[in-house]
Amino acid sequence: MAPEPYQKIYLYKRIVQAKLFIDRHYAEKIDLHNIADEANFSRFHFIRLFKTIYGKTPHHYLTQVRIDNAKRLLAAGSGTADVCFQVGFESVTSFAALFKKLVGTTPSAFQHGQAERKKAVAASPLQFIPNCFAETQGWTKNSNFGEAAF
Amino acid sequence: MITKITHTCVYVLNQDSAYDFYVNKLGFTVHTDAPMGPGARWLTVCPPEQPELEITLFLVAEGGMFPKETVQAMTDLIRKGTFGAAVFTCTDLMATYEELTRKGVVFKKPPTKEFYGFEALFVDDSGNWFSLTQTAAE
Repeated sequence: MAPEPYQKIYLYKRIVQAKLFIDRHYAEKIDLHNIADEANFSRFHFIRLFKTIYGKTPHHYLTQVRIDNAKRLLAAGSGTADVCFQVGFESVTSFAALFKKLVGTTPSAFQHGQAERKKAVAASPLQFIPNCFAETQGWTKNSNFGEAAF
Repeated sequence: MITKITHTCVYVLNQDSAYDFYVNKLGFTVHTDAPMGPGARWLTVCPPEQPELEITLFLVAEGGMFPKETVQAMTDLIRKGTFGAAVFTCTDLMATYEELTRKGVVFKKPPTKEFYGFEALFVDDSGNWFSLTQTAAE
């Protein structure tokens, strides 16, 4: 936030508006060129300002939002193909490849890992809570959590 | 040798409301959300780019570490904005301020140039305040 753009509040408002549009409509077919047009920017100027503020181009930001939401849906148990289309991708193959590239694991492996962790938290929550908190809250006396023996 | 902070604690007055504030407004991710019996819940969130730091949204409620009089005292102090809980940083303060304001986050101080760099102050749904900075070097 250099002094120059700091004085141009209206530019911030328009870029933030575009970012929030992506946040709300990531699941739809978004034409980033249209966003630039609606914000009254030239495409080049829009991309440059967006990248200055958010550290990535609008296209990369849209991809990140889609992948973040894919992770959320996969963690909730939705299938890979459903998730792919729900977050706005049109090809399961390219979605899976992109997911692996950005997250480091396949959608199904990610989902499996999340399910395993969820099971572990449900079965032994005390393994995920520092004892100083658990003990002062009296949670360590509760045998219903079925914590694993150490 | 101490190496890093893994957990820090923000005392909140309502965990459902805190979840909405930290996840849906600030954009933090949920790390662990575990029911711990009737009326009890272990809820931690992380800043988006700091998944190894769990911020515990710890409910101020009677029982455990809080006797009744402590709950009342803590509630009063939190509500009147006594506690500054943390300093966050962001890539662009003006844009973050604009976005959070649109999402209904209340700022006690708009982005202002200070010796340290640009800083704004916002308040969570309980009354805890936070500094939001963009250092001069960024």
